[in-house]
Amino acid sequence: MGLLTNLRDSISRVTDGLFAADEPKRIGIYGPPNAGKTTLANRIARDWTGDAVGPESHIPHETRRARRKENVEIERNGRTVTIDIVDTPGVTTKVDYKEFLDHDMEKDDAVRRSREATEGVAEAMHWLREDVDGVIYVLDSTTDPFTQVNTMLIGIIESQDLPALILANKTDLPGSDVQQIANAFPQHETIPLSALEGDNMDEVYTKIAEYFG
Amino acid sequence: MAGPKANVDAADDPDDGDDGVRIDMISGARMEGLTTMEKIRLILDGVRDGNIVILEEGLSPDEESRLIEVTMTEISPDDFTGIEIETYPKAEAGDQSFLDKLMGRESTQKLTVIGPANRIETLHKDENLISTLVSRK
Repeated sequence: MGLLTNLRDSISRVTDGLFAADEPKRIGIYGPPNAGKTTLANRIARDWTGDAVGPESHIPHETRRARRKENVEIERNGRTVTIDIVDTPGVTTKVDYKEFLDHDMEKDDAVRRSREATEGVAEAMHWLREDVDGVIYVLDSTTDPFTQVNTMLIGIIESQDLPALILANKTDLPGSDVQQIANAFPQHETIPLSALEGDNMDEVYTKIAEYFG
Repeated sequence: MAGPKANVDAADDPDDGDDGVRIDMISGARMEGLTTMEKIRLILDGVRDGNIVILEEGLSPDEESRLIEVTMTEISPDDFTGIEIETYPKAEAGDQSFLDKLMGRESTQKLTVIGPANRIETLHKDENLISTLVSRK
């Protein structure tokens, strides 16, 4: 009886492994608020599926729910890599609704937005521990990358042994400093891009195929 | 055994919490026997009371992830806006023993400062120094 059970388990593991190899990898797009995660997710989705993932905004926490775009097929060097893109809310350790009042928002709307933002960040952290196979970590190259949230998030990603690609976004803006990001996380490769302008996306797709294929 | 704990009040009356800033310094020994949720509760209960919590040995990445998640669930308008947290940059694995590396045990020894987001502001941080401004209530 035990032998049969073991045999059945072994066969199940082998077949699961075969099917798992064909399943799309769930790639989480993480980073601090306003790094351009949704702009990147939309750029990738539009380039390969024709659809967008979600609305973009300069107001922090525009993305307040993790959004998934499934079966994005990226062709590189004669082979196709299929991924599910998960666009996540910007990770932070604090949310104060008063910050939204500066963006011409009524208090009720600001409170609702902050509540949704906190739920979204909690959800994003849960996804990171349980539900993603790889991470694209997006940073705004015009801002200081040496923040506690970035340090913690990269540490969490590394502790999960997830493949991680660091993207230095917003290279189209004056003050962009890609090298500063490369210096902050020397253990990872840093790829510069402008998700808004579509600059250097060829290299981004090549790296996505390399890291997550 | 309980670790060292400091109660530093700027006011003359140490019981007058409205004027002072309380700092809880929690030793690694004190945290060692606690579960992840017990550690998070210990930290957040202190921070929500307006205290600054200093951990001698910090948290593991998984515990940090859960701390962020639980913090988010507790944020409420006009009451609690979250936490400010600072640690020294993670030391290289050079301080881990061969057995630790072999067993995949991570060293989490990194001094960590946690406080209420509306009361603590980081002024400067580098690999050797964390300088913070703590405002009174």
